Amino acid sequence: MIDFPHIEALADVSPAWPVIIGGLIAAAVPNHLLRKVLALLAPILALVLWFNPETIGTYGIIEFGGFTLETFRYDNLSRIWSFVFILAAFINGLYGLHERDRLADASGLIYSGAGLGAVFAGDLLTLFFFWELTAISSVFLIWGARNNAAYKAGLRYLGIHILSGVLLLAGAVIRASETGSWAFGEFWGEGMEGGAVAAGIGLDSLGGWLIFLAFGIKCAFPFMHNWLQDAYPKATITGAVVLSAFTTKLAVYALARGYAGTDILIYIGAVMTAFPVFFAVVENDLRKVLAYSLNNQLGFMVVGIGVGTELALNGAAAHAFVHIIYKALLFMSMGAVLLRAGTVKASELGGLFKSMPATSFFCLIGAASISAFPLFSGFVAKALTLSAVAYEASHGHPELIAIWLVLVFASAGVLEHSGIKIPYFAFFAHDRGLRVREAPANMLIAMGLAALLCVFLGVNYGVLYTLVPFPEVAAQYEPYTFDHIVGQMQLLIAAMFAFTFLVRMGWYPDEKRSINLDFDWIYRRFGDGMVRWAWAMVDRLMAALGNLIAAARAKFGSRMFEAFSPMGALSRDIPSGLLAIWTSALLAIVLLISYIAR
Amino acid sequence: MDIFANLLPAELAHHVPVLVVVIPLIAAALAAIMPNGRAGWTVAIITASIVALFSLVLLAQALDLGVISYALGGWAPPIGIEYRVDALNAVVLALVGLVGLLCVIYSLPSVADEIEEGKQALFYSAFLVCFAGLLGVTITGDAFNVFVFLEISSISTYTIIAMGASKDRRALTAAYNYLILGTIGATFFVIGVGFLYAATGTLNMADMARILQENGHDRVTEAAFAFIVVGLGLKAAMFPLHVWLPNAYAFAPNFVTAFLASTATKVAFYALIRFLFSVYHPDTAFVQMSFTWVFAVVGVIAMFVASAQAIFQTDARRLLAYSSVAQVGYMMLGLGMGTVLGLQAGILHLINHALMKGALFMALGAFALNFGVRQVADLAGLGRTMPASAMAFTIAGLSLVGVPLTVGFDSKWYLILAALERDWWWAVAALILSSLMALIYIGRMIMVVWMEPVPAHPGAEVKPRHAPYMMLIPTGIIAFANIYFFFDASLLVSLSGAAAQAVMGG
Repeated sequence: MIDFPHIEALADVSPAWPVIIGGLIAAAVPNHLLRKVLALLAPILALVLWFNPETIGTYGIIEFGGFTLETFRYDNLSRIWSFVFILAAFINGLYGLHERDRLADASGLIYSGAGLGAVFAGDLLTLFFFWELTAISSVFLIWGARNNAAYKAGLRYLGIHILSGVLLLAGAVIRASETGSWAFGEFWGEGMEGGAVAAGIGLDSLGGWLIFLAFGIKCAFPFMHNWLQDAYPKATITGAVVLSAFTTKLAVYALARGYAGTDILIYIGAVMTAFPVFFAVVENDLRKVLAYSLNNQLGFMVVGIGVGTELALNGAAAHAFVHIIYKALLFMSMGAVLLRAGTVKASELGGLFKSMPATSFFCLIGAASISAFPLFSGFVAKALTLSAVAYEASHGHPELIAIWLVLVFASAGVLEHSGIKIPYFAFFAHDRGLRVREAPANMLIAMGLAALLCVFLGVNYGVLYTLVPFPEVAAQYEPYTFDHIVGQMQLLIAAMFAFTFLVRMGWYPDEKRSINLDFDWIYRRFGDGMVRWAWAMVDRLMAALGNLIAAARAKFGSRMFEAFSPMGALSRDIPSGLLAIWTSALLAIVLLISYIAR
Repeated sequence: MDIFANLLPAELAHHVPVLVVVIPLIAAALAAIMPNGRAGWTVAIITASIVALFSLVLLAQALDLGVISYALGGWAPPIGIEYRVDALNAVVLALVGLVGLLCVIYSLPSVADEIEEGKQALFYSAFLVCFAGLLGVTITGDAFNVFVFLEISSISTYTIIAMGASKDRRALTAAYNYLILGTIGATFFVIGVGFLYAATGTLNMADMARILQENGHDRVTEAAFAFIVVGLGLKAAMFPLHVWLPNAYAFAPNFVTAFLASTATKVAFYALIRFLFSVYHPDTAFVQMSFTWVFAVVGVIAMFVASAQAIFQTDARRLLAYSSVAQVGYMMLGLGMGTVLGLQAGILHLINHALMKGALFMALGAFALNFGVRQVADLAGLGRTMPASAMAFTIAGLSLVGVPLTVGFDSKWYLILAALERDWWWAVAALILSSLMALIYIGRMIMVVWMEPVPAHPGAEVKPRHAPYMMLIPTGIIAFANIYFFFDASLLVSLSGAAAQAVMGG
């Protein structure tokens, strides 16, 4: 790694500031060139500052109104996340180079900076500040699409995220009143028994639960996830790329710091990995498919955090790192398609590899990474989590075998919807005669850089393993063992075979059927469509429950209306005589109280 | 603040406490003989400017010296009438003075539109009487004088509310209802003061407090307590005595609503604090019990019932009026905690609520002036036709909900802190839930303002038309204050803290 000189004067400056300040300047600068220079320069400055601290520690402590705000906590957990955030900010800057949109440039930078700031936050108040800043700045990336659907989705997005922030603040206040400290999970503690790491916050109090909920919303936990699929596909081309990198990964980071080893996360994560698969396969909008697969990937990280061993946390961190890069790569390639072809609907695309060969190539690399092909970055990260789960399952936690199976199933699902569906329907499949130009050079460079990283990290996984929170544990880990590779290849090849088989036989007149067949193949391994049946039942149950709730709500609403509406019993104009009686009644009460009290 | 303390020559500065009341009273007579509305307004604006300046001087002096005592006519208290300014009423005076000034600036276009030309000068005259009355209630240290000024302000309030009749005849019944109920309240109050006089033989409040402290309480002073609480509670729109308020706010001229919402109930609430904490001692058993079992309970009920009523209203000003009742509930809850922190939170919310509601009603007045908006549904598309006013409306609305970056957040924060200090977890839950209800009713209006399409009339989209600057600027100032005092919270927090300290000691 490059050896940066230590700059004493800047020791207390968090890498977040140059990016945020760059964004603020960009908001005021009408000159495109200058803004683009800022967009590239700010992450580089942040990187210089990132290399600045010589030791683990908390820098940039600000005393403000009786509170101590820790703005730059540099430790083994914040290190890896901030590094990949800076990397992503740079790639995003590169990718958006051709755009001439002041709002997008400014909000993209401020948002990236806020994400960095939140990662470096050493206390819950600082975290809250940056938490809300990410929400407020990022909504402009959605509104930047400048259409009505995006406007409304943006409002919903903003509402959800402000709610998350408010919950965070409420939880923080309750915690502070109970413990007298605003500290945000001193993660870097001694390893506990069995290699587990002490959870920074934990679920043993109301405050802990509220903060958990706040993180959960941002992390798109099941039933809180809809904002993601709602907003991301409606964002601008670069906006979706930028959004995919920060918000949810920030939440994963916060969970890792606050709730490592919290058992419930294992189950939440397992559900997260599995359920988006069903939605992703039937979805036509390819950016929405990516949004669902984002959810699935987050599930892996959440499981890793829930397991909470050093190995598992390494897995979560490494996964977040590589995930940001390949997910951005996939969003970038779909963005390029959207820019050139004007749509990302699977049913309207196909055969684009002829006119966009480079984009297709990069997309394939991203797809291979997300599907965890050996020699690609996804493999070396996902292997850590799977191994951690398998280790725990074979060492006294047999219930985790089920989780492990879910993760394997989800891996196949990833291959299906992200690894095959995305590139296949966009670039290959039926040629619809679209003849468009290749993506702009800056997009290609950004994609190329991300693709290079995907391969580089997959091969030289040692670099990645030195960055993870527990490098000494990671150093002993070997991802490319015989059984890992064979196991993964079995899964991958079988899935690909099914797909190819269908293509050859011409059995895929519409995308939905081919996918159903493919899934059948996976289901058979786990017991003949049981999963699907259960899912359908759950679906029906949820629908019935939804109706019930809607009916109850309508009834409650009409009761409330009867009582409180202008003509309702409690809001009608009351004759003054009646009010005089009320007045006397209250007088009587106060008199009575004065009389009783002695 | 020091600038204000030494602004006036000593001779004048000495008489400021009385001038603050006398000038608007004399100006009222002057305004009544003015030939037209504009001349009447000129009198009003000069008066309001002087009052605003003097109120700041008084605030600076009070913070400097602690207590200012002014003997009216040279008769030393407790025989003569005393005007007495401490940190508590200095804050309320400054609030009434400054908001009053902004409201008067705002009033010219609004009044010109809503009041018949021939009555405008008289309208300003009645307004100035009301203004003087509110200032008098706040500044006086004499219990009977409180009653006199309360009646002065009330009677003139009935008049200016009734003047909304030229737009909507329902203003007459609203004013009549308020007259009946206000008179009941005033009567209760004066009965209470009478009892106190009978028990202590003095009308000076400081003297009363001393004698009550020495002699202890008997049934007479307890009965007096009940009458005073109910009488002033009615004036302050304490639930369930708030029924006069929604109609009065909904049908009064817009300027009157903005002025009353940010001053009148605040002054009554101040008088309540004065009696509960200065005249009676908050450590007395029955006072403490009334805190917990009357004010806190009634406050929480108001927070929910009035918010629910607001949710279902269709008339924009009625909606905000019910929300005012709910907000008074917050203040009552803060007061009901009976601690310094609770009272401070209540006073802070009093100031902040004046800022929120002032801006909200002012923006509604601007909407009404340009497009005749009365109903919530009429707000459609105002985000595009009157963006500046709509922005002010939105900021103040968010502040009302208590969104961070606005003052509403500050006062709710302090209320929650005060509740936590007393371990009143149910109060914290109530505060949060009722804020969510506020989000519903304010959100409903803001959604209509920004999301609904601009109405077409006739056939073509309505053209954007901003409010007159005379209205826009005061609205903007108050709306901006909602944000500014979040970032510079120390000023309002220290003022409300000083106010609470002034009456609670400690």
